[in-house]
Amino acid sequence: MREILSPVNEAETAEMIREARAARRPIMIEGGDTRSGLGRPIAADRILSTRKLTGITLYEPAELVISARAGTPLAEIENTLRAKNQRLAFEPMDHRALFGTDGMPTIGAVAACNISGPRRIQTGAARDHLIGIRMVNGFGEIVKSGGRVMKNVTGLDLVKLCCGAHGTLGVFTEVTFKVLPEPETTSTLALHGLDDSKAIAALSAGLTSPFQITGAAHLPAGLESPEAEALTLLRLEGAPSSVDYRASALAKLLEAFGTTAVLAPDRATKLWSAVRDAHPLAEPRDAAIWRLSVAPSRGPAIVATVKRKLAARAFYDWGGGLVWLAVAAEGDAGAAAVRDALAEAGGSESGHATLIRAAEEMRGRINVFQPLAAPLMQISQGIKASFDPDHILNPGRMYAGV
Amino acid sequence: MSGIVFPTPDETILARRADIIAGLAKLVPPECLVTSEDERRAFETDGLMSYRRLPLAVVLPRSTEEVAAVMRYLHQEGVKVVARGAGTSLAGGAIPLEDSVIIGVGKMRRILDVDYANRAIKVETGCTNLSITDMVAPDGFFYAPDPSSQLACTIAGNIGMNSGGAHCLKYGVTTNNVLGVKMVLVDGTIVDIGGAHLDAAGLDLLGLIVGSEGQLGIVTEATLRILRSAESARPVLFGFPTSEEAGACVAAIIGAGIVPVAIEFMDKPAIEICEAFAHAGYPLDAGALLIIEVEGSAAEIDAELVRIIEIAKSHGVTTVKESKSAMETAAIWKGRKSAFGATGRIADYICMDGVIPTGRLPYVLHRLQEIVTSYGLRVANVFHAGDGNLHPLILYNCNDPEEQKKAEAAGEDILKLCVEVGGCLTGEHGVGIEKRELMNVQFNAEDLAQQMRARAVFDEGWLLNRGKVFPLAAAEAA
Repeated sequence: MREILSPVNEAETAEMIREARAARRPIMIEGGDTRSGLGRPIAADRILSTRKLTGITLYEPAELVISARAGTPLAEIENTLRAKNQRLAFEPMDHRALFGTDGMPTIGAVAACNISGPRRIQTGAARDHLIGIRMVNGFGEIVKSGGRVMKNVTGLDLVKLCCGAHGTLGVFTEVTFKVLPEPETTSTLALHGLDDSKAIAALSAGLTSPFQITGAAHLPAGLESPEAEALTLLRLEGAPSSVDYRASALAKLLEAFGTTAVLAPDRATKLWSAVRDAHPLAEPRDAAIWRLSVAPSRGPAIVATVKRKLAARAFYDWGGGLVWLAVAAEGDAGAAAVRDALAEAGGSESGHATLIRAAEEMRGRINVFQPLAAPLMQISQGIKASFDPDHILNPGRMYAGV
Repeated sequence: MSGIVFPTPDETILARRADIIAGLAKLVPPECLVTSEDERRAFETDGLMSYRRLPLAVVLPRSTEEVAAVMRYLHQEGVKVVARGAGTSLAGGAIPLEDSVIIGVGKMRRILDVDYANRAIKVETGCTNLSITDMVAPDGFFYAPDPSSQLACTIAGNIGMNSGGAHCLKYGVTTNNVLGVKMVLVDGTIVDIGGAHLDAAGLDLLGLIVGSEGQLGIVTEATLRILRSAESARPVLFGFPTSEEAGACVAAIIGAGIVPVAIEFMDKPAIEICEAFAHAGYPLDAGALLIIEVEGSAAEIDAELVRIIEIAKSHGVTTVKESKSAMETAAIWKGRKSAFGATGRIADYICMDGVIPTGRLPYVLHRLQEIVTSYGLRVANVFHAGDGNLHPLILYNCNDPEEQKKAEAAGEDILKLCVEVGGCLTGEHGVGIEKRELMNVQFNAEDLAQQMRARAVFDEGWLLNRGKVFPLAAAEAA
């Protein structure tokens, strides 16, 4: 068991990190402990938990902004927003199904790991909605960047740099997000029985239409059970009359791909949660899970290339641009096959693959995050050193030396 | 604004000018190298025209490889580099130093790939902002960021400054719409980050590069997100008796869960100036004007407008005028987008770019008027109200040094006010030289030191766009 440090405020967080730096004792940062399996293992004998850094510090519905201390449960944020018909529009994924964990996800971790969901395709990622941070860097200094206003180009954008840095550059103490109104209605159109490339073409037709698709996913045949039929989903949100109009216009547009059906709201909600949380691949628990971000039209070919080399199950979000892939957790967990398939599709510009779920031993010897070209690796290590020169915070979480 | 100090030029570099030019001449053909004093004059300033410095030379490469060769050479020689797009920066971001060489991307204007299936376009960064939308508009697509200078400004400059525009309330600013870049580092190394996929691998270097004001490298190619245009869009003019009522109406619309594509604000002086220029039918009897644009099918637009008009009525709206044709729409936006140019016809001005929480709009408008009046000057307000991005235009006579000082002081007071109410110094124009010293108002020493350490990772010797963004004393000490 690791010793747990639980600072009660920002000043104490800074003090603990200064002390850790003085002692050259690395620490692992933890929020709700629901996604601690994300990233490379960390050699640290102590945990710094944000569990006591809680509370919403600012919420102005008319200004579309919310601030909270990093350890605030995501559920508290979402409930608070829901009471005012607002939401975090980027639809953060819940990793509990995939990791079999049962803690409470925190808002800080959403920011630290840039956690988004299906709506990323339309409205942007967590990094596009995070507008301000307060953090403690590896010097034990309190640093702020961004703020609470919607537009801000004042100085270097450390908000984006630190969002998705997996705690390697600092411990967030407070985060500020842009929020958006909840739509009055949601409607999901489904196409049945399409193969992967037809399905992605249908999603592309939807996404290149003027109808503001806020979710575009494809669950191939046989995904959750051998007899399961392929399901291609397109989501519309907005005022009722507008959604009705766009749903019928979209159905017409997609006629060539088959008959569209409007799903019952309960079923649609469940399906979008499943897509968001990669639920269809959660079982069997011993499979390794990959997450690929690719140019959407290339998704099916990349999956086909992987499947020629090894047995894999896959489904698509983001109109084909996000591929979830489950393979046997043997050898390199398919790392070479997955990354070769990406390279074959067009080199570094074609996308990247992250090993989301695998045993710690495996995450220690396989590149969990996409390997970077040498100059970019050097810059990344330099950035790490500029925030945390003694490698105190989540050392090596993303790459060796980062 | 004679108050802004430039770093002292390095005499040894100035003395080596002929040698440096000879070295550059070996790397690029004569038509890519500007050395004569007359021709260099065209590059001595940008949109902040009260400041100017003649650079050692200007290089206008034709390819990423040429940019890399020039950067490698200047790095070896220890010569400072100032990156330049179209030179439209209002913050002095593209003004050279006397001991610097300008590298401009103006000759790199090719569209490399249009990929509708993946909603992406790959371009050389010398392309103008508007040329991207022009390229894809016939097929029903557009590139979302739309700064007022979009006819002239380049993608390189947009990336450097993280430019916004009127329509970013719904579609985001440059950083939300750039998927990948090809960038030349200070030593000439070429790197590729991102591509036609979302969320580039590793640390979010793309997020750091966008808005870094030419301090990290020169971006020569970019993959941009393009979007399918709505079926139609309709701007509507709403005239109010006072700025306060218009400001309160903006907060009420957003509070009601409506986020239009754009909410633009003009006060009385701005209405008069813009109407005289564009003849857009702006209500001259109004104390303040909102231009609200909604989009979708005709029926969707009608439905949303009913709700907006109802809110406006409860805030004392006196004029509601919907655009009835494409021509009227064009005129309405022409008036707004030429606000700065139209103002320039009647007076010299400095344009502020502070951002405030929208709830503080009525208070800030009131204080802002008091501040400018206390200096004996006039102000015209035209800004992006939906996101609280103010553009007070402080009018003055640039031939009167006293008045210039006053205008500068009033501008500083306004930006301090923005920070004081929880906002920031700049929403889309950037810091440049103009707001460099005010960075100390928004950030403390630790904040700035962290930014400067991250910056130095890319450029240890501080050769790239030196003397910008960071307070001079802090940067010189770094």
